[in-house]
Amino acid sequence: MMDVKNWVRLEFPSESVNVLFARTAVAVFASQLDLTLEEIEDIKVAVSEAVSNCVIHAYRNTYGKIILECKYTQNELEISIEDFGCGIPDIVQAAEAGYTTIPEERMGLGLVFMHELMDHVNITSEVGKGTKVVMTKKSPQCRG
Amino acid sequence: MYKIANFMKMQSKRGGVNLLSAETVNQALIISLEGELDLHTAPPFRQCIDSYLAKNAVLKDLILRMDKTRFIDSSGLGVILGRYKLIQQRGGKLIFVACNPQVQRILKLSGMQKIAYFADSVKEALSLSTGRSNDGR
Repeated sequence: MMDVKNWVRLEFPSESVNVLFARTAVAVFASQLDLTLEEIEDIKVAVSEAVSNCVIHAYRNTYGKIILECKYTQNELEISIEDFGCGIPDIVQAAEAGYTTIPEERMGLGLVFMHELMDHVNITSEVGKGTKVVMTKKSPQCRG
Repeated sequence: MYKIANFMKMQSKRGGVNLLSAETVNQALIISLEGELDLHTAPPFRQCIDSYLAKNAVLKDLILRMDKTRFIDSSGLGVILGRYKLIQQRGGKLIFVACNPQVQRILKLSGMQKIAYFADSVKEALSLSTGRSNDGR
């Protein structure tokens, strides 16, 4: 990423209450860019999904570390959410709408929402080591 | 004006951003959610609805007042879908009232409009309630 104008790095435990903290922190950081309210709300949902996944799936309700990094250039905002939990065996399957490992209470829409609400989502994962989600949203200067 | 038969307020213990209140009117359970519905706040929301449904076999419809709901994500939607399955077994309806545009957008993205009804007011929701309308959705 060329010419980073500002960045932030946060580290917090996989407590469910931190899902609110993470999306609110990212929204405040993202408000430095000239984004619409709707775009900020989209980013909040995407961050909420990614951090919730760390809490529910990566650490399966045990405690672990989550690292959240945000940075922006003239052109785009990049958000990275990393955990050191169980990892995803099959990322393609995990990204399918309706796929969930907890069918009673979950719709299997977390990854679908991230892809839908952000411009680009990249997920890298290694079983037993962790998962990193990098999502970007283009800033208005760059939109056609 | 509809008659409030039962009223209760619940506050989540940590991250106290949510205020839940519940009322029952005939066969309908009306839940108001003030705040944000996510992984952390979904459990008290689920408990509140489930305890009402368990105690009142007569309750069929779930009316969710969303006018003060500022945020919802897939964890919140999952819990609502789970409650929908419960009332569906009783032949009831799920009715959302006064969603803000962002919440409405997320509900649409999830496909919730295929199974739920949407109303602008509680009065309108009660008129859609089971027994008053039968349009076969």
